[in-house]
Amino acid sequence: MRKIAIYGKGGIGKSTTTQNTVAGLAEMGRKVMVVGCDPKADSTRLLLHGLAQKTVLDTLRDEGEDVELDDVMKTGFKNTSCVESGGPEPGVGCAGRGIITSINLLEQLGAYDDDKGLDYVFYDVLGDVVCGGFAMPIRDGKAQEVYIVCSGEMMAMYAANNICKSISKFGKVGDVRLGGLICNSRKVDNEANMILEFAKKLGTQMIHFVPRDNMVQHAEINRQTVIDYAPEHSQANEYRALAKKIDENRMQVIPTPLSIGELEELLVSFGIMN
Amino acid sequence: MVYESDKTKETETLIAELKGFKEEVITKYPNKVAKKRAKSIVLSDPVDTPQIQANVRTIPGIITQRGCTYAGCKGVVLGPTRDIVNITHGPIGCGFYSWLTRRNQTKPEDENAANFITYCFSTDMQDSNIVFGGEEKLKQAIREAYELFHPKAIAIFSTCPVGLIGDDVHRVARHMKEEIGNGINIFGFSCEGYRGVSQSAGHHIANNGLFKNLIGRDDEKKGSLKYRVNLLGEYNIGGDAFELERVFEKCGINLVSTFSGDSTVQKFENAHTADLNMVMCHRSINYVAEMMETAFGIPWIKVQPIGANSTAKMLRKITQYFEEQELIDRVEEVIAEEMKEVETVRAAIYPKTRGKKAMLFVGGSRAHHYQDLFEELGMTTLAAGYEFGHRDDYEGRHVIPTIQIDADSRNIEELTVTKDETRYNPRKTEEEMKKLEAEGMEFNEYHGLMKQLEKGALVIDDLSHYEMEKLIEKYKPDVFCAGVKEKYVVQKMGIPLKQLHNYDSGGPYAGFKGAVNFYKDIEQMVCASIWQDLKAPWESEEYIEAQFVY
Repeated sequence: MRKIAIYGKGGIGKSTTTQNTVAGLAEMGRKVMVVGCDPKADSTRLLLHGLAQKTVLDTLRDEGEDVELDDVMKTGFKNTSCVESGGPEPGVGCAGRGIITSINLLEQLGAYDDDKGLDYVFYDVLGDVVCGGFAMPIRDGKAQEVYIVCSGEMMAMYAANNICKSISKFGKVGDVRLGGLICNSRKVDNEANMILEFAKKLGTQMIHFVPRDNMVQHAEINRQTVIDYAPEHSQANEYRALAKKIDENRMQVIPTPLSIGELEELLVSFGIMN
Repeated sequence: MVYESDKTKETETLIAELKGFKEEVITKYPNKVAKKRAKSIVLSDPVDTPQIQANVRTIPGIITQRGCTYAGCKGVVLGPTRDIVNITHGPIGCGFYSWLTRRNQTKPEDENAANFITYCFSTDMQDSNIVFGGEEKLKQAIREAYELFHPKAIAIFSTCPVGLIGDDVHRVARHMKEEIGNGINIFGFSCEGYRGVSQSAGHHIANNGLFKNLIGRDDEKKGSLKYRVNLLGEYNIGGDAFELERVFEKCGINLVSTFSGDSTVQKFENAHTADLNMVMCHRSINYVAEMMETAFGIPWIKVQPIGANSTAKMLRKITQYFEEQELIDRVEEVIAEEMKEVETVRAAIYPKTRGKKAMLFVGGSRAHHYQDLFEELGMTTLAAGYEFGHRDDYEGRHVIPTIQIDADSRNIEELTVTKDETRYNPRKTEEEMKKLEAEGMEFNEYHGLMKQLEKGALVIDDLSHYEMEKLIEKYKPDVFCAGVKEKYVVQKMGIPLKQLHNYDSGGPYAGFKGAVNFYKDIEQMVCASIWQDLKAPWESEEYIEAQFVY
């Protein structure tokens, strides 16, 4: 079983990219579980054709200790297993602690056991790694492989670099590795070349360049992945390609994060700071 | 009885030997630690008081004696109150381990009077309260507490996780005060354990809360006696406050409020009607004394009624302040009467304790106060230090303007207090104050621990465990005074340890009767060799020694 975490700046398209990639892997016959680690609980919406009824933490709160795996795990597109960790409303409590509690509970309930025959677990994690709780999926071997969704926008690269800092920190003491950058295009000038260079400097690869296409929005409004909604569309093939590359990817590294100076230099030399 | 000189030849030699201690211990530390610890170890000089480093961050690994900010706020200052429901907002450990551990006592007026000290109130936060926030559970706890006990006041104490997840205890307090109504007073403290370098931060936070939420809410003068005083920094450990109350009552002095041993909401609310504040534990409560002087014009003096002579000294200071012959006569009568028993006991014990040595590492005032009692027993304090004292507690208040305010201290709110527009009333005119000062009364003054300590005695702040073991090994005191963490280690080294946080199971030690209790307890400890005679099995039995051969 490969355990994969998807990180990236807020709003960059992590959930969309994750679910479309998972749909691609499921189409290939892989057995995949998706664990949404965002209090908004919208990481499995496209696979389930709507929001999950109950998150792990809500269930834990309502049912007490007496929780069954079936209460929190729903089956989505092509037999994917979907779980939402959930969390507090904005500005209350501790969402980071929620992720820790939730992943521990899933383990106790046997969500990862061999009898589930999982090929992949995907953790879709909220935004930047702001505190210890959000680093949970990459600590203690919960996730071993990280993909960072980014674009050629400065803040997205800035966030990606920060995430690399935390991977390199935990990678030195654990087995978490960076699998690559997924460029979710924002149609920034020279975007692909810049991310290729950025990836090289980080010691990793740009595993795929996902072009921008309105079809993604259409599918999303219909609560579906592109592969589900428009299987013949070219954008569906992009996600299939990404899924295949991840399935075949053996390049896993401890990244070498850039200094702020280096990062800005990169942006200058590729022209977007002019 | 005429007492011989306290100092024996042996103690003089020992004091001379203390000089080498600092050098010896700090050479064992890594450079950075040695540099920092060196500033916290000095040789006392009552005349030319040296500067000591205090109230700074503990060095990890020294096995400090210190407690946390929550412990200072809830455990020390607010815990001893009688009719406030003190709710700990947090996981159960913080509430449980701060429950009755200091042996603060209470005595309700009658069967119907509220007495909550025997209860431990906590929100018992669970994982889901951390994730989703604990405010609702706190509200529920307050509702339950109100329904069960109908208290006049409820206080909320924040533990570490509350600060991390951002529960707003002050908003909850306001909300619940409105919801419950009935004139209930509810207030919160942001006293998360990590807020300061020691419990001292918690004292300050508690002082601010007392002033903002309790003091001055009831202007009616209560009680028929005219000499109205408050006793600040007396927590009624082992019944200390009961003994002092007895003495005050006998003298005809009206103790309006004690902060906070056996105190009540009504006494706090009424405290500003007193005419003199007496500060006992300077470290934990001087802020309240200062604020009350600024707002209401009540002067404060430092007292230390630990020791019979010191208690008499305190009473004489009170008479000096009120300047009434009737009170002077009454107090002198009481002193003469009380000292009779004290002297009988002391005369019998003194020859046995004379020349013995004590070490005191406790509190932020106790390491100073108890020197009085040891002096009365003819004992020398070889070494002393505080866990959480500041430089002024060692060197005297005159150093306050020169204390550097660091980031840790800035973290704690400093209330800006101004004259109360309607109720500010200077108890003495400027001329009267000047006259009293000329006669030797000292207001707003505390000279600190080093003024009293023998020249050449060791003063160590935030004593490390290593330093403690070395002190005992090298100088073999007859009694070591500290807390429960040190107790059994020290006793295993053959030296009796007197806990001065909770008095073991003894007390009271304040006032006249307290002095008698202390003489007797110390006599028992220093004249028995039980701890030296007890041997661990491996010390008295033969055992086989072997070495690994690789």
